[in-house]
Amino acid sequence: MYSSRRSALVGLAYLAPALVFVGLFTAYPFVQMLWVSLNNWSLIEPPRFVGLENFTRAVGDRQFWVSLGYTLRYALIITPILMVGGYAMALLTATNTPLRRLTRGVVFVPVVIGLGSSSLLWYWLYSPHYGLLNKLLQDLGLIDQPILWLGVDADTSTWAIVLSVVWKVLGFGVILFVAAIQAIPSEINEAAMVDGASAWQRIWRVTLPLTMPTVLLVTLISVIGSLLAFDQFFLMTAGQPRNLTATAVFYVYLNSFPYLKLGYGAALSVILSAIVLSFTIGQVILQRRTRA
Amino acid sequence: MTAGYRYVHDTPALARRHPSRLGLLWSRRTAYLVGAVCIVLCTFALLPIVFAALASIKSPAEAAATPPTYFPQGINLSSYQRLWNFQLGLPRYLMNSLGTAFLSIAMALGVTIPAGYALARYRLPRKEVLFIFLLLGLIIPYQALLTPIFLMFSQLKLTNTLLGLAIIHTHIQLPFSLYVMRNSFEAVPRELDEAAVIDGATSWQVLVRIFLPAVRPAIITVALFAFVTSWNEFLGALVMMNSGASFTFPLVLAANRATTSLGGTDWGVLQAGVTISIVPCVAFYLLLQRYYIAGLTSGAVK
Repeated sequence: MYSSRRSALVGLAYLAPALVFVGLFTAYPFVQMLWVSLNNWSLIEPPRFVGLENFTRAVGDRQFWVSLGYTLRYALIITPILMVGGYAMALLTATNTPLRRLTRGVVFVPVVIGLGSSSLLWYWLYSPHYGLLNKLLQDLGLIDQPILWLGVDADTSTWAIVLSVVWKVLGFGVILFVAAIQAIPSEINEAAMVDGASAWQRIWRVTLPLTMPTVLLVTLISVIGSLLAFDQFFLMTAGQPRNLTATAVFYVYLNSFPYLKLGYGAALSVILSAIVLSFTIGQVILQRRTRA
Repeated sequence: MTAGYRYVHDTPALARRHPSRLGLLWSRRTAYLVGAVCIVLCTFALLPIVFAALASIKSPAEAAATPPTYFPQGINLSSYQRLWNFQLGLPRYLMNSLGTAFLSIAMALGVTIPAGYALARYRLPRKEVLFIFLLLGLIIPYQALLTPIFLMFSQLKLTNTLLGLAIIHTHIQLPFSLYVMRNSFEAVPRELDEAAVIDGATSWQVLVRIFLPAVRPAIITVALFAFVTSWNEFLGALVMMNSGASFTFPLVLAANRATTSLGGTDWGVLQAGVTISIVPCVAFYLLLQRYYIAGLTSGAVK
């Protein structure tokens, strides 16, 4: 049954729904995106072929560079925090005592709720006059005047959003790191102990190298997730002040949908996809090298 | 245990590091320290959610008070009442969200179960190429594809439909679901299905009678992630659902940012919405924690 040519046809029949789905809703839109990016396209007028004009326009578009630079900066700020914080927390809770198990479980709770929900929850906590954060800081005597966390100063807004997202996703890395740390054979750690390695040395020389593939994977997930960030910025700052906190996806969204410059939006999407893809490829190469 | 002790005595470095009583004191101190850190982390993780839930049961006056109160003076459900009556009424939006989520689950399972079967058990021409094609979604971010998908859906009259949005949500989850499903099919011992074939079962019967029970954990995992993704997804819904009647719950939440007559925020309603949106996610997490962790580690590690 499993080897004849007839069975290959049966197999393809089972695979067909998936092939059709990916063909229709991934491959076709991808080709369409490339084509639309070469046209001036709005829903109102018929499309007009303009070649690479959308791409040259993107190069000269100041807001596009601001958005791209801001998104990269956001990724560069949040990724190290997530990696170091998540790994430290995983080291702390990797042994299976009841309290540590509970902590791992509890820290994962914000991961399962929606990013939209968490953004609106923090939007309230950060509210200058109605939010609990300013109230708490004032009660503790740390500030006199309420701080305007979101949408007034770009840096303050960025750090406020970073804190809320760290709260939301830290547990994700912890779960994967703990799984990787627990997969290390205990003999290796015992051998290092017998050789007189301190706890610190064991972390650096045994645990970290052996969990490197997971560390790289979580880094990649975090970098790509940050490069494609949208919800938290749309909901918490709406790109304010002066579109300084409008991320790349935000700018693509603005061009494609409220402005209906679909051709230009598609060109920006192509550029963004290429950037994300280059990170993925770089990561895969790095991963191969650590495994070898 | 005794063997371990012998090692300690044989190894000067270790013996130096654990001088008996001081060492015990030290390790007890670290244990307390770790415990304290754990409690701080738990508090940090839970406190915002607890405060949101508490804010949702404040009276309208208290919810709009400045400076705000930490704890409500009494239980007042009027924020939920106002949310219930928001525009077309909450039931409508919840049905939109649940309908989309169930369509996503159905499509994710309908596509990945047979695909997992085919990939794990059939000799297919250029199987690796086919598999990479199916994982195309990993390489192209869906955020970038929303423009062409929107164009396609407006021609097919799929914008503002639950089916259209469910297709996008299935698309987001497909690479992960496929991976989990294929791994799960591959882990079923070959003897099981080969024996069934010898007994004359057709390939469909093998799938239904042998594999479906065997890959049940993967089915639960895929359904769970499909539900949570769909229930929470925002950007796709924002793009596809632009008429109020088709809003899903996350869009209603976002609309709740500016609902008072002056364009300000009704904070009580907003936190009532946040609380409702969190409940199913946390409930499923508590019920199906095992599948969450298994899904993440098996879907992500490779």
